[in-house]
Amino acid sequence: MMSDRLLVSTRKGLFTVSRQARRWEITAVDFLGDNVSMTLADGRDGRLYAALDHGHFGVKLHRSTKTGWEEIAAPAYPPKPEGYEENDMWGRPLNWSTARIWALEAGGINEPGVIWCGTLPGGLFRSADHGQSWEMVRALWDHPKRKQWSGGGADLPGLHSICIDPRNSQRVWVAVSTGGIWFTEDGGASWTQRGEGMRAEYAPPEQINDPIVQDVHRLVQCPAAPKRMWVQHHNGIFVSSDEGRTFTEITGVEPSTFGFAVAVHPRDPDTAWFIPEIKDERRIPREGKLVVTRTRDRGKSFDVLTKGLPQSHAYDVVYRHALTLDTDGIRLAFGSTTGGLWISEDQGETWVGVTHTLPPVYAVQFA
Amino acid sequence: MARVVFTSNIQRHVICPDADAPGQTVRQVLENVFAKNSQARSYVLDDQSALRKHMTIFVDGQMVRDRKRLEDSVSETSIIHVLQALSGG
Repeated sequence: MMSDRLLVSTRKGLFTVSRQARRWEITAVDFLGDNVSMTLADGRDGRLYAALDHGHFGVKLHRSTKTGWEEIAAPAYPPKPEGYEENDMWGRPLNWSTARIWALEAGGINEPGVIWCGTLPGGLFRSADHGQSWEMVRALWDHPKRKQWSGGGADLPGLHSICIDPRNSQRVWVAVSTGGIWFTEDGGASWTQRGEGMRAEYAPPEQINDPIVQDVHRLVQCPAAPKRMWVQHHNGIFVSSDEGRTFTEITGVEPSTFGFAVAVHPRDPDTAWFIPEIKDERRIPREGKLVVTRTRDRGKSFDVLTKGLPQSHAYDVVYRHALTLDTDGIRLAFGSTTGGLWISEDQGETWVGVTHTLPPVYAVQFA
Repeated sequence: MARVVFTSNIQRHVICPDADAPGQTVRQVLENVFAKNSQARSYVLDDQSALRKHMTIFVDGQMVRDRKRLEDSVSETSIIHVLQALSGG
């Protein structure tokens, strides 16, 4: 249903933005001054989860209560076996320790209390008790190919997207920057690589099409048509109609196919939104014009949506979790690195700027 | 018993009063403190029980060097300061 509440995770706190009679306004601020990397609103029971990165003091996880918040266990890596050595892509010893929470997703509707969590340096965790305790998904962490993952969005590999099959909660897809797409159909006991057809033009020639080198910036799945998956990739936009087995590249999209975020309509698998940037080296909107692109025909054509968005000297970058839409597929919202927050109530045709002075926005989610 | 003094900045996140605890190494003293204040543990130590990257510990004014095992010696009268390192910016 249409949501009147938006959670905005930022570098300096968690902001709740609510729809008032005439406009959207900030109505609550939690964890002011703290780095909130990710928030989950669990639609099954209304609980909220907020991931904090305290820098010196590490990554923490908080859960909402009737009166506020309580700190709960943060996902923790298992002890590194004695004598076991593993270096990161920079040749430094890889510390088996949660460096950032980069994905939080509620499990299926048939498994209340199950929460999935993706982290840097690549560990996937599952909780069966509303985040009270966590267990690392060892089959993925111990997969021999996991060591081929490397840094993409950060120095370390990061697991940023988790898609739970609405038809069967045991089937889960995850995406890693960089490490491509991985799939389990037994609740995490075994994993296989997915993502044939994606292309990494910046990789050495013999690796360009290797699924494991693909820098998937964001993976989303259409809830009503789960075979359809969309990827915003470092290299462009890719779409799959067979549950991520194979992807087709969408080319020729103006102003750009580079970006971080993608959102798919909950019922129409052919409709998806993107926020384009000049690719790679610059990472700013083209000509300083902030736009949203939308396809309604599986990528054959795109609308460039600008109404209500700044069209000069806008240098907003929208991170991978900072674009979202509500479960009706009507309202969208996105936040930027320069503290802008925009909401649309008509599928992106028009946008209203809520504020331009937030801290850098990491994630947005309707609740 | 050694005395452990935590940075005031940690107090905003977790109650962490100064504490007296027995032990002959930094590890032993800290683990004895954390046995009574388990929530504070992850604020100082990482998932592998090593000192967090941007934390530092001084024993009687000397910065510890063994950040992984924390086996620097401690005396009965030592004062252990648990602080944020400037490396964190």
